[in-house]
Amino acid sequence: MLMLIKGGRVIDPGNLDGIMDILIADGKIVEIKKDGLVDGEYPEAKIIDASDKIVTPGLIDMHVHLRDPGHEYKETIETGCLAAAFGGFTAICCMPNTNPVNDCRQVTEYILQKAQSTGNVRVYPVAAISKGLKGDGLCEYGELKEAGAVAVSDDGNPVTNGQLMRRALEYSKGFDLPVISHCEDLELAAGGAMNEGVVATRMGLAGIPNAAESIMVMRDIALCELTGVPIHIAHVSTDESVRAIRDAKKREVPVTAETAPHYFTLTDEAVKEYNTNTKMNPPLRSSHDREAVCQGIADGTIDVIATDHAPHSFIEKQVEFDRAANGIIGLETSVALSLKLVEDGVIPMTVLVEKMSTNPARILGLKNGLHIGGPADITIIDPERSYRVTADNFRSLSRNTPFDGWDMKGKAVLTMVGGKIVYQEEPSAVGG
Amino acid sequence: MRFSKKHILDMESLSVDEITLILDTADRMKEISERPIKKVPTLRGKTVVLFFYEPSTRTRISFDIAAKRLSADSLSISASSSSMVKGETLIDTARNIEAMNPDVIVIRHSSAGAPHMLAGMVKPSIINAGDGMHAHPTQSLLDLMTVRENKGEISGLRIAVIGDISHSRVARSNSIGFTKMGAHVVLAGPRTMIPKGIEALGVSVTYDVEEAIRDADVIMMLRIQKERQQDFLFPSEREYSSVYGLTKAKLKKAKDNVLIMHPGPINRGVEIAYDVADGPYSIILDQVTNGVAVRMALLYLVTGGARSADAD
Repeated sequence: MLMLIKGGRVIDPGNLDGIMDILIADGKIVEIKKDGLVDGEYPEAKIIDASDKIVTPGLIDMHVHLRDPGHEYKETIETGCLAAAFGGFTAICCMPNTNPVNDCRQVTEYILQKAQSTGNVRVYPVAAISKGLKGDGLCEYGELKEAGAVAVSDDGNPVTNGQLMRRALEYSKGFDLPVISHCEDLELAAGGAMNEGVVATRMGLAGIPNAAESIMVMRDIALCELTGVPIHIAHVSTDESVRAIRDAKKREVPVTAETAPHYFTLTDEAVKEYNTNTKMNPPLRSSHDREAVCQGIADGTIDVIATDHAPHSFIEKQVEFDRAANGIIGLETSVALSLKLVEDGVIPMTVLVEKMSTNPARILGLKNGLHIGGPADITIIDPERSYRVTADNFRSLSRNTPFDGWDMKGKAVLTMVGGKIVYQEEPSAVGG
Repeated sequence: MRFSKKHILDMESLSVDEITLILDTADRMKEISERPIKKVPTLRGKTVVLFFYEPSTRTRISFDIAAKRLSADSLSISASSSSMVKGETLIDTARNIEAMNPDVIVIRHSSAGAPHMLAGMVKPSIINAGDGMHAHPTQSLLDLMTVRENKGEISGLRIAVIGDISHSRVARSNSIGFTKMGAHVVLAGPRTMIPKGIEALGVSVTYDVEEAIRDADVIMMLRIQKERQQDFLFPSEREYSSVYGLTKAKLKKAKDNVLIMHPGPINRGVEIAYDVADGPYSIILDQVTNGVAVRMALLYLVTGGARSADAD
């Protein structure tokens, strides 16, 4: 079947930017035309009107927790994919802290098979750095790579042993498996429920200092320098981390970094009413840190926006704040929150597309971009679309978002994976 | 003035007028406990549930006696005797209690914010009897009452609070309560025990205990917990008591009419020397006596006592 995406502003950073038409056949892009195709040239093509919209290479969220296998009441591979498609993502990377942990071929294969049979977007498994995420031995990266893992990470847990992290970097190099690091000094963070600072002091909650993150960021940068092997820093939340990464990049250390929409949108002030949907790790930081994260996004220190989509049910969240599970879901609110960066003049639209598509693909070695002959993984965004977030309407099985009821501007209105439309907003659709 | 607060969650949410009304009411309630027949029918037919997730002797008994002296029916639940041990969540336990129509739930919980959470989800009045490191409003109110009783007024006084400020809900509530009532609060302790940004509560901070004691009208010592040595907050009880403990020698530098307070339970010989705890300036047991009066006042006020009294 032929499809024609007509009249949108096509942005593929470093490749295309302008009003163009894209012709799709058999799941592939077959033509990209600048001045628009002549009406009637392909009378049989299904027309997708993209005027006043942004057409981008499929967005990639490189930091997602799918909870499958093991915690399917929070999210399954199927529902996680539905949430991703709704949020404009054509591909997601799922973290290994499932039950069982994705630390062996069988689990990686299970995830890929289930994604194949029930998922509607591309799922790229991230395998564990260490067996069982326990930090006392390397996983079999050769076998994991062969099974389909695209990166390794002990996300959720830091790799506390510096020697293990060094060896993981060196050993992973042979398989081109990027290492993603969750940076946290567990002793400094111990017992903490939110950011250390005035708000925590007032609320009587134990704080997690910025240094709990930045100390490990600095260690990882040192190991990156030592080994020469790239490292990717997950969920950057503090000024000190941003500065350390910026300085390392100046020295041409091969470090990359991501942050999540909540870190550039919210501060620890949001925790005030003991709302457990503002609890995550790392925690929401001060306004000073929020500004530093924005600055890091603007100057390229932070390469990627990833959500750290972390589904939890009411069982884990409707409890005392210090006992509540860490994490919030993000797939269905990421585009709108990130577009705010463009509206506020932090970054231009092209750079946003880099951070949500081009850069994650480059870091993970995934195919990406709008090229003739390439797969038609495409997201169409309406930057002007206004709506109110209604968590009850989410595709995700979970509802743990601090953005429920927020008025948003900007939404993915069509998500296409391999030429197949996996989400399309109905013109009359209301709510999020 | 009518009292319109349904819940007593923290000192932040009480106005100066509301605090004054509570203290005035407590002053009147105090007399009931001095009668030969220590009971009035004011809260007859009201049910007060004392829901204690964390061990407590003083506070639980104080609330229990307060409820009984007003003729309310009171009962205690502790974490170990409740369905919590069977894995029931706080919300579910509270909803089950709610279904039996109590008028007031008094809650003590190790998690900051637990009373706030309940206040948003169940119908009865919630009185916070201490939540984690967050707040202990009834303690602060009884401290205010005791200081006012002894000094005539609170405004203009200098209150030194000494010890583990970080882990103390009493320090937080008193910082807010005394500051609100016009006193100046000075917090003192080792740097390891002073939480970041506490000055935002309007208090001043010193790491020098003698400086805090000098010119203080009231010295409030906080209990030091042995377990905190494991968190590296202090090296030993020996050093703590010699540097930060309140001794007769240190007291010599204080004002002649200084008052010594302690929320209890005290570690004699650690944060407070033996002879100081029982000295003439100690009003530690007055605090306990007034605790009953303050809690009687609160039970009366949150159950609409002021409204029915107006109507009489």
